[in-house]
Amino acid sequence: MVKKRPVNMKVNLGRLKLKNPVITASGTFGYGAEYSEFVNLNSLGAVVVKGISLKPMDGNPAPRICETPCGMLNSIGLQNIGLNTFLKEKLPYLKQFDTKIIVNILGNSVDDYVKLAEKLEEAKVDAVELNVSCPNVKRGGIIFGTNKKYLEELIVHVKKKVRLPVITKLSPNVTDIREFAKIAENSGSDIISLINTIRGMSINIKTRRPRLSNITGGLSGPAIKPIAVRMVWESYRAVQIPIIGMGGINSFEDAVEFILAGASAVAIGTANFINPGATRDIINGIKSFMIEENINDIKKLVGQVKC
Amino acid sequence: MSKLFQANVKENAKLSKSHYLITLHPVKKIKKPEPGQFFMLAVNQNADPLLRRPFSLHRWLGRDLQLLFRSVGKATNILKEKKPGEMLEIIGPLGNSFPLNPSKSKPVLVAGGLGIAPLFALAEKLSQKKPLFFLGAKNREEVLCIEGLNSIGIKPVVSTDDGSLGQKGLITDVLKDFLSRHPSPLTRYCLYACGPKSMLKELFVLTKDLGVKGYFALEENMACGIGACLSCAVNTKKGVKRVCKEGPVFPIDEIIW
Repeated sequence: MVKKRPVNMKVNLGRLKLKNPVITASGTFGYGAEYSEFVNLNSLGAVVVKGISLKPMDGNPAPRICETPCGMLNSIGLQNIGLNTFLKEKLPYLKQFDTKIIVNILGNSVDDYVKLAEKLEEAKVDAVELNVSCPNVKRGGIIFGTNKKYLEELIVHVKKKVRLPVITKLSPNVTDIREFAKIAENSGSDIISLINTIRGMSINIKTRRPRLSNITGGLSGPAIKPIAVRMVWESYRAVQIPIIGMGGINSFEDAVEFILAGASAVAIGTANFINPGATRDIINGIKSFMIEENINDIKKLVGQVKC
Repeated sequence: MSKLFQANVKENAKLSKSHYLITLHPVKKIKKPEPGQFFMLAVNQNADPLLRRPFSLHRWLGRDLQLLFRSVGKATNILKEKKPGEMLEIIGPLGNSFPLNPSKSKPVLVAGGLGIAPLFALAEKLSQKKPLFFLGAKNREEVLCIEGLNSIGIKPVVSTDDGSLGQKGLITDVLKDFLSRHPSPLTRYCLYACGPKSMLKELFVLTKDLGVKGYFALEENMACGIGACLSCAVNTKKGVKRVCKEGPVFPIDEIIW
């Protein structure tokens, strides 16, 4: 009888160590509590919460979402409760769980990001994710994600002030994501995460109006997966720092695809809307896959696509 | 009891050209839904269409639930074809429910078109209080549930835009007329309304002018339905709220149009 060896799903994103490669994508999992009756939060590699700004933001007028073939557009507009309310009301709840807490942060100036990172380091979260790529607001980060000089300046300044791991979430709405991946690495970003949503639009032909009040929104879901996989693969070949891959992951097979392309961890977003237990199912699926394929350590799969 | 459950289609009745009444039998017992609450239905198991769709509780039959819907797009056109025995995956009951208080108040229910969907469950719950029911629609095709309401002892006042059934005109005008003829303190009425935004806006102004209190059941495009994604935002005097979590029911005077 062949003895089954236990599989090791632990991943190291530099100094950020996760019990498994599955984390949540910012903006799709609230602050965790909303999903707690569907998923045991202790089982997740990390919870990445909705982006936080210094002051609360109201977001865009509804309608904020619409479905598109194999995906959806969203223009939420970074609605969030602001740093103080997050620290007071949401963080204590998350700290009860045996999972890493990553806080996505956004601002209008380098100073904003620095202040947020400092306060969150004080509050002992496990990492911050720089939101420089949300396509749904005129201000709030996108200027940093699409301008090389600003991105470099932002990361350098944040890294000067904090020691906790800094993740830079890259925008796909650029000509060559490799350039931005390299800038992130050279500026000191510990990890990069990609991709954020892709700018899209949908028009109702009866009303002749855009379906979103914001006119355009960010496309997510299975439709963007091939673009995301390609960008992860490109970035993996461009930088040495670890990559969190996301974009349309809906199954463990999708997750393994991203890992083979070069992701050390994967973030699950829109899939949570399809199946609130998606994160759990994907963790279990990866585990079963590893057992079946005789892979005893998930790290052995990272970047192993045969090209 | 899990909010995520499987349900068998028991019946899927066609009420009119594009309206359907589906009866669903949860495989395991679910939490008793209250009028105002809703369910997120996956009409297929293969994520096509991608997202679940929200449907308000139309009627709770003790173990089974009924949803009233119109076939307007991809998802509802799939839903209308579901046959008895087919299985659907559902999340719910979700959201808040209509407050049944103002104990001494006379409930006045106002439904615009498909807005009758959640108000039927409410009418049934309030039937002892002999609620007044105003039902407006575009034309006679769009007037639903008259028989059902009669069966629970309610005779609705009906109006249609084109006069093809009941009075001719907007139900808001019919209500305005009614309230003006019954001036006895209008605070003794509690309004419950659901329908097109234009109707609710009219009612907002009307109730403000006449000092009538009440509740609206709102709807908004949703992705998660459980309060996480922030798609279904509505502006209120108490800040931006979620139709799926702090709603769908909101006090009329709290909503900012």
